[in-house]
Amino acid sequence: MPKDPRQTKSKYTADRGMPGAFEGETVTRRRFMTGVTHGAGAVAAGAFALPAIGFAIGPIFEKHNVQWQDIGATDEFPTDTYVPKTITIVEGIGEAGRSTVYVRARGPQDTDKPDQYNKFIAISTRCMHLGCPVAYRQAAQRFICPCHGGVYDFQGVVTGGPPVRPLDRFYTQVRGKRVWLGPRFSVNRELRRFSPRDPGEALDGVGQYLYPSRPSVRKLPGT
Amino acid sequence: MPKLKLPRLPAPPLPPGMTPPPPRPGEGNGQGSPLDAAREAGTTVVGWVDERTSLSGGARWMMFRKVPKGTNWFYTLGSATMFAFLSQAMTGVFLAMYYDPSPTHAYESARYITNDAFLGEFVRGMHKWGSTVMVILVFLHMARTFFFGAYKYPRELNWIIGVVLLILTMVMSFTGYLLPFDQRSYWATIVGVNINGTGPLVGPYLSDFLRAGPEFGATTLSRFYAIHMMLVPGLIAALIGAHLYLVAKLGTTAPPWLKAEVEPEYREEQA
Repeated sequence: MPKDPRQTKSKYTADRGMPGAFEGETVTRRRFMTGVTHGAGAVAAGAFALPAIGFAIGPIFEKHNVQWQDIGATDEFPTDTYVPKTITIVEGIGEAGRSTVYVRARGPQDTDKPDQYNKFIAISTRCMHLGCPVAYRQAAQRFICPCHGGVYDFQGVVTGGPPVRPLDRFYTQVRGKRVWLGPRFSVNRELRRFSPRDPGEALDGVGQYLYPSRPSVRKLPGT
Repeated sequence: MPKLKLPRLPAPPLPPGMTPPPPRPGEGNGQGSPLDAAREAGTTVVGWVDERTSLSGGARWMMFRKVPKGTNWFYTLGSATMFAFLSQAMTGVFLAMYYDPSPTHAYESARYITNDAFLGEFVRGMHKWGSTVMVILVFLHMARTFFFGAYKYPRELNWIIGVVLLILTMVMSFTGYLLPFDQRSYWATIVGVNINGTGPLVGPYLSDFLRAGPEFGATTLSRFYAIHMMLVPGLIAALIGAHLYLVAKLGTTAPPWLKAEVEPEYREEQA
């Protein structure tokens, strides 16, 4: 055996004085066995870790089909005030899946581009600061949030407080003499339509790039 | 390879109160009282386990440590935090026996625990107030470590583990707040999830991950429940183990107002 086992270039582990060496074992064989053991361990760990992670983040990419729902007759809704309606946002979870929406007919004061989806204006009650429920006050013609003092005007545009963009809206359609309510969309300060974003995510200026929309939930194409 | 011969260290001595007194002459003589027999049985069981595991050495290493002069009540804040966690774990397990994490039954099951289950209000109260106590103790413990300079070399890693434990405690507070599923917890969670969503670029994905989708949905509550009672408690328990190991390994620091005592022969000559 040489004086310093690490100096030798022999391919046998016994010559190099490695711990656990045995007659005829080569360095390549030992490296191969080490690699196979580590690889098998990684495969075993990945076999449960990857499905678990996929299972947990899967719902982010799940597509949701929004059902259009009937919210009332066309002559129920005036142009100068809002009528509160209860709608279902998520099926099958009781009260937690319901929400209020404020609806009125389109009037001369509306500045957004008219098309078949905004003959009736449906305003979401979700405050665009952090998601508390806003209430409409006809005396002030304002939407007011109880949590942190957000205030919106008659069209849902921010006039005070911390909210970062106007109140979300829902697509509406007239079918016969009934008003139907469709998916949610977000608007920027000019009331231009965007795919729905969460509260607190600005859409003016650089905001729409800082807060990307979901690939799974889009506004209606061509609107 | 020559076998390394490690010096065998003597076991740390037991405190005087724990060493048994030697038998008096003439005492026993082969006939012990039932109390002696019970005592002997206990020693036999402990000895049987210890012979096969050598646990007593580790237990002694953990418990009978030298502590610096000046150790005071501030040094108990860490243990207090750990016992707050143990209390939370224990009461949480028993609350889970009655709790149902479904959006339609959660509120009713929480109401049942408080109003109908025997001692339910007490256990739920322990868990609710205990969570606040734990957060306060975590911060007091952190302040003690900071103001005593106990985060410095070689204890930086223990500080980092402590910060991770602080964040995990906050995650526990956040996910636990939803579970009673009343108006307050529902809206607080909506606001909390949306605060997560305001982070640029990753925020929208983070809030969708927490809600399991774009809206507060059927599985949001069970997701919070699983995080609250499985994922995070496991992580906290494991990290507390690492935290305690490092405390025992590195020892504790003396309070900063104590000067180190220098042996006279090492003292520099005064000019």
